[in-house]
Amino acid sequence: MDDARHIDGKRIDEKTGVETTGHFWDGIQELNNPLPRWWLWTFYATIIWAIGYTIMYPAWPMLTSATGGYLGYSSRAEVRDELATAEAARGSLVEAVRSEDVAQIVANPVLKQFAISAGAAAFKVNCVQCHGSGAQGSAGYPNLNDDDWLWGGDIESIYTTINHGVRYAADEETRQSEMPSFDGVLTPDQMADVAAYVVSLSGTPKFPDKVEAGATLFAENCASCHGSDAKAAKGVDAEAVKDLGAPDLADAIWLYGSGENAVVQQMMHPRNGVMPAWGARLGNTTVKELAVYVHSLGGGQTVAAGQ
Amino acid sequence: MNYTFKHSTEIVALSIAAFLALLGAAFAQDDLFKAHMWVAFFTLLAGTVLLMRRTQIVSTKAEAESSFYMDDVIRYGAITTMFWAVVGLLVGVVVAAQLAFPDLNIEPWFNFGRLRPLHTSAVVFAFGGNALICTSFYVVQRTSRAWLFGGDLAWFVFWGYQFFIVMAATGYLLGITQSREYAEPEWYVDVWLTIVWVAYLIVFLGTIFKRKEPHIYVANWFYLSFIVTIAMLHLVNNLAMPVSLLGAKSYSAFSGVQDALTQWWYGHNAVGFFLTAGFLGMMYYFVPKQAGRPVYSYRLSIIHFWALIFLYIWAGPHHLHYTALPDWAQTLGMVFSIMLWMPSWGGMINGLMTLSGAWDKLRTDPIIRMMVISIAFYGMSTFEGPMMSIKAVNSLSHYTDWTIGHVHSGALGWVGMISFGALYYLVPKLWGRERLYSLRLINWHFWLATLGIVVYAAVMWVAGIQQGLMWREYDEQGFLVYSFAESVAVMKPYYIMRAFGGLLYLSGALIMAWNLAMTIAGRERAERPIATSMAVQPAE
Repeated sequence: MDDARHIDGKRIDEKTGVETTGHFWDGIQELNNPLPRWWLWTFYATIIWAIGYTIMYPAWPMLTSATGGYLGYSSRAEVRDELATAEAARGSLVEAVRSEDVAQIVANPVLKQFAISAGAAAFKVNCVQCHGSGAQGSAGYPNLNDDDWLWGGDIESIYTTINHGVRYAADEETRQSEMPSFDGVLTPDQMADVAAYVVSLSGTPKFPDKVEAGATLFAENCASCHGSDAKAAKGVDAEAVKDLGAPDLADAIWLYGSGENAVVQQMMHPRNGVMPAWGARLGNTTVKELAVYVHSLGGGQTVAAGQ
Repeated sequence: MNYTFKHSTEIVALSIAAFLALLGAAFAQDDLFKAHMWVAFFTLLAGTVLLMRRTQIVSTKAEAESSFYMDDVIRYGAITTMFWAVVGLLVGVVVAAQLAFPDLNIEPWFNFGRLRPLHTSAVVFAFGGNALICTSFYVVQRTSRAWLFGGDLAWFVFWGYQFFIVMAATGYLLGITQSREYAEPEWYVDVWLTIVWVAYLIVFLGTIFKRKEPHIYVANWFYLSFIVTIAMLHLVNNLAMPVSLLGAKSYSAFSGVQDALTQWWYGHNAVGFFLTAGFLGMMYYFVPKQAGRPVYSYRLSIIHFWALIFLYIWAGPHHLHYTALPDWAQTLGMVFSIMLWMPSWGGMINGLMTLSGAWDKLRTDPIIRMMVISIAFYGMSTFEGPMMSIKAVNSLSHYTDWTIGHVHSGALGWVGMISFGALYYLVPKLWGRERLYSLRLINWHFWLATLGIVVYAAVMWVAGIQQGLMWREYDEQGFLVYSFAESVAVMKPYYIMRAFGGLLYLSGALIMAWNLAMTIAGRERAERPIATSMAVQPAE
């Protein structure tokens, strides 16, 4: 494997005509090629560029601080400036949202459109984790696109719900109600009857013969919150039950799942869902924007329930 | 003539270690430590029993060195390298599938959070580490013309390192972690690795000291810089105070941004010295050997070696752009990364140009082809790295899958392929076989692996850039357009394709494992030689 010839005591590689260093390791030799010019000059260029960059930008550490750089750049100032620029671009619209109430915002087309954009952005950061990125909800978390509202679908009600949350202990004005457990109050058979009745309102029950008994039990135990027609805030007793957060059981929209088993499950071990109060976290302006956005999704109502 | 039991010291040491592990399990302060000590106990017990079954009475004089070099440990190393490669790649395919199909998360032991460090550690430290240890033992003996220093200490390094891997891997699955990326094992496993690593340094350095060659070969500079720097990085980054000497939990000596910087000083130099310098050492021996050509430029090797190790160590802060890290440190991390570009490429030039005068072998020798593609990927990812360290680029690429693609073009392309090339070279030599079982299977491996990397990297570029653009998309009024969950949802097709790329790469490695196993078994596949099939065919 020694493809070398010797000229003036130097070992020359046959194939390339380049001198070797004369070292041998396990048969490996080294050519004495110079550093490739382009390689060397690019290396120098990166070093010169690096020095230049460290002069322009914060770089050299000193005893107590570092050089600030000729351009006076700082990443914190950059963020501050960008935020200020964005704020300025929104101009008076932000101020208008801040000072007007939600009803006024919805009434003003320009302001409403702005608040919807702002609310959509805030929704993507704060609300999608539970309600989904399309506000479509998921098991236990309501869909916000439909017209089925637990706590009212007019702009004021939505605003109050977002602001103070639902069953959120840290907020005194939070939406409050509690579905009691019927475990021990009704027998398993009776609960099955009620479930058959509830399912019959929007679908086909598995055991139609139970429906009649269920209707009686419903009237005695459930109607006080869900309304005598089970339509809660959308039904004949709207005025009496509108602040109880009880769902309409006569439609085919289910928060905790459909079918008899799900209904019995909710009667035995009620899940009383919680939503945080967002007013304290995001500020009033953002909550207004969120309310306008949610109101705009499709199910927003112009008049509060029961009015 | 004196007689003694073979392995007697090892058996005693192992059984004492097993007993200590048993004590650790008995007096453990928390359940995780107890479980982990049981793992250690049974592993050590199995080792003791295996050794006892192999012991025999031998004459103290009988064992002369049967060959010129100590190659037994390297034969073991070649097998474990291949074994851990398959394990690490398989876990990689599993975690890739978990990202595309979250239902594959099996709680609690096989969820993504525990399997991901298992994957990274298995490929970097188990596969990469075994490849480096076994090739460095091979290279340092031959380029120093010396038997490994310290006798059976090399065996301690080998088995001690396997024990470290088992403890690290089982710890992850149990949920034991100190939450430092690429340094997840807890304090007691770190202490063990330190002992093993010091022994490794002693074996390697001792062999260099007793060399019979006047100069130290360039491959050994790189191997040595890897061993020394990893020791330093490991010690500093893992400085921690255990809650109890019989408990799994410890607290880092650092906190806040200092902690983050220490971690990325470690993390980046694990890339720089483990995955770059170490494997450059491999390249500097196996490429000239396989090509049968001299190294291209001695001067380039000196300059790029010193430039590389001097510059690499400062580049870590580029992992913390636009964070609480002070601006000046971010600037330095970035400019050192830029200056690192040419020193990295020095290795690429020296590797590729070593083929000058032997380019024709690309047609006939699939091992050379494997080495060349590995150097090409090395060049590509060491260009991509400095580019991504530029703050403007980083503001788009950071936290996206682009970074994952970058790491894999380096890991699969460079580290994987150069190791495969080295193993294909080594195995016939170590087992005294005339040739590998099959050269054509290497060709299959080459194309499956290359295709796998290309699919993986290309998909991750698109995925990463799309993520970055979605995260920074604002409407005309300055409001965020996409939610994070939406950017996750659009990743699904990319994640499926990525898993497919990984599967291609894994299947190549399985073919390799078969090829090596058959070679070791002494079989030779009857096949047409590669050269004739590639020769110019007459026009029809």
